Amino acid sequence: MSLLEIKNLHASINGKEILKGVDLKINKGEVHAIMGPNGNGKSTLASIIAGKETFDVTQGEIFYNEKNIMDLPIEARAAEGIFLGFQYPVEIPGVSIANFMKTAINEQRKYKGLDPMPAKEFLQLMEEKKKVVEMTAKLANRSVNEGFSGGEKKKNEIFQMAMLNPTLAILDETDSGLDIDALRIVASGVNALRSPENSTIVITHYQRLLDYIVPDFVHVLFEGRIVKSGTKELAYELEEKGYEWLRGL
Amino acid sequence: MEEIKKALRPRDEDFQGFSCNIPQLKTNRIIQANGFYSERNSVDKKDLDNVIVCSLDDAKKYYSDLIKNSEIELESLVEEGVFVFVPANKEVEIPLQMLDVIKAEEPILIQTNNIVILGENSKLILIHCDDSINNNKSVSNNSTKIFLDKNSNLEYYKMENISNHASIITNTSFVLKDSSELKTFWLSLNGGDIKNNLTIDFEGEYASAELNGLYLTDRDQVVDNKVTVNHNKPNCFSNQLYKGILDDSAKANFQGHVYVAEKAIQTVAMQNNKNILLTDKATVNTQPFLEIYNDDVKCSHGATIGQLDDNAMFYLRSRGISERSAKMLLMYAFCNDVLIKASLEELKERLADIIKRRLHGELSTCDNCVLHCSTPDLAFEIDLSKV
Repeated sequence: MSLLEIKNLHASINGKEILKGVDLKINKGEVHAIMGPNGNGKSTLASIIAGKETFDVTQGEIFYNEKNIMDLPIEARAAEGIFLGFQYPVEIPGVSIANFMKTAINEQRKYKGLDPMPAKEFLQLMEEKKKVVEMTAKLANRSVNEGFSGGEKKKNEIFQMAMLNPTLAILDETDSGLDIDALRIVASGVNALRSPENSTIVITHYQRLLDYIVPDFVHVLFEGRIVKSGTKELAYELEEKGYEWLRGL
Repeated sequence: MEEIKKALRPRDEDFQGFSCNIPQLKTNRIIQANGFYSERNSVDKKDLDNVIVCSLDDAKKYYSDLIKNSEIELESLVEEGVFVFVPANKEVEIPLQMLDVIKAEEPILIQTNNIVILGENSKLILIHCDDSINNNKSVSNNSTKIFLDKNSNLEYYKMENISNHASIITNTSFVLKDSSELKTFWLSLNGGDIKNNLTIDFEGEYASAELNGLYLTDRDQVVDNKVTVNHNKPNCFSNQLYKGILDDSAKANFQGHVYVAEKAIQTVAMQNNKNILLTDKATVNTQPFLEIYNDDVKCSHGATIGQLDDNAMFYLRSRGISERSAKMLLMYAFCNDVLIKASLEELKERLADIIKRRLHGELSTCDNCVLHCSTPDLAFEIDLSKV
């Protein structure tokens, strides 16, 4: 069954068209990688799936669990199970990670008509999920991303993903700025969260990450359209031939 | 004159039971009812352990020599007020809470003149609250002169929480002698028109003043803060951090003036004012200003006016947090770096609670008092030590 289906998506910002008709279908349990050079619409696509309102969607639709979600606000999409791992996680001084996650979990529960999670259960969940990304105890008390290194910020994204347990995780350039150890931790975190019910979209422009998170399908987003789709071998081909090769396609 | 005063003086029983409790924190209260010191409703003198608290009238009669020694000018047209004296070497354990309460059936003008003196090596926490019980028009004009003798330490918390029909003007001046330490925490929560004039005079060396302010305004409220710091002596430190959130058509002014005298070498003085405007109609005027007459100093000033960060809003909402809650979180976080400067844990919790309530728009909904004085919402408190 398809979890996400994007049909002919066109989007622009300040009159400049960035997505020029994207089609994509993702079934439950699958991992899809979206590759492509910088500035060709990968992050835009990710933000629009998450519901960011700064883009004008001029054409096309997004179906999630076979429901059109174009009119759902950002927070409702999150509560429905869509998670965006940010390329540049935002620093929020004064909001602790614990308070942030507590608020997020309880607002998602409220959306689903559930009571707030008891404090004890929440603390246990934090304890458990911290281990997924080998997070140190101190990280949880600190303000969200404030003063974090690049690696800590990305670990924190995966930690949040583990806490929120999404059905569709979109990881936008999760590998950028990571050293090899951090990359291994982040990738094994993502792999630990995979299940037959959940799907993942991994956005990257290096093949390296895909050695750790092995995709079922690879798509190439080039100049606002998906110009080529294939299996993981496509990633090797891209690595070898470079993105210029795509111009000939 | 005496007869007029007698006629104006409200009945003590009308102010009975007004306590404005701070949960978990014991304070000794000094109540001024419509500008008149209410001895009957205030702390029993025998509980004060050598600290002197009396009306300004009595202070003139019995303690004029103490006042003279402190360089504070006693003469004033305003005769009502409270006198507080902390003897040398006395560390006062229980905070003093001065409550200026307004409860009037008719529009009223209140003028008070308070004097607080800290002797050498003494220590005091003073919580000074302005509250109004009902919504009648009032104007309060308050002068508080505070003297910190050598090596004394004062934490001064001001909480302004009056009705939208009340105006308040505070003129608060601090004189700091050698090695004295002052920390102020100025919270303007609610009020029709609030004007705060704060003056710091360094009259000794190696003294320090941490001046923190937070103003949260909405509707047509106006909050002015004028902060003047006079570095008259060498080797002193001052730091101002004032932050504000303005909603609706609210207005705020911040005027910070740091003066560094020619002989005041090795001065460190910092000034920072940050504002968030929630609407297009809210306005802020900010003017941090340095006036420096020697070059052996370290001074900085800055001011920002902005909106809530769109990227941060998207980030929070992408985790399932509603737009309203995300705004609350960001506004609260904005206040937090002022809030953490409060050193008393119980008071910090109290302040955090009223700031949250204020941001939720809950404060002005109660008819009886502007402030909801129920216990804080502890439904989901996290013990971070366990995380």
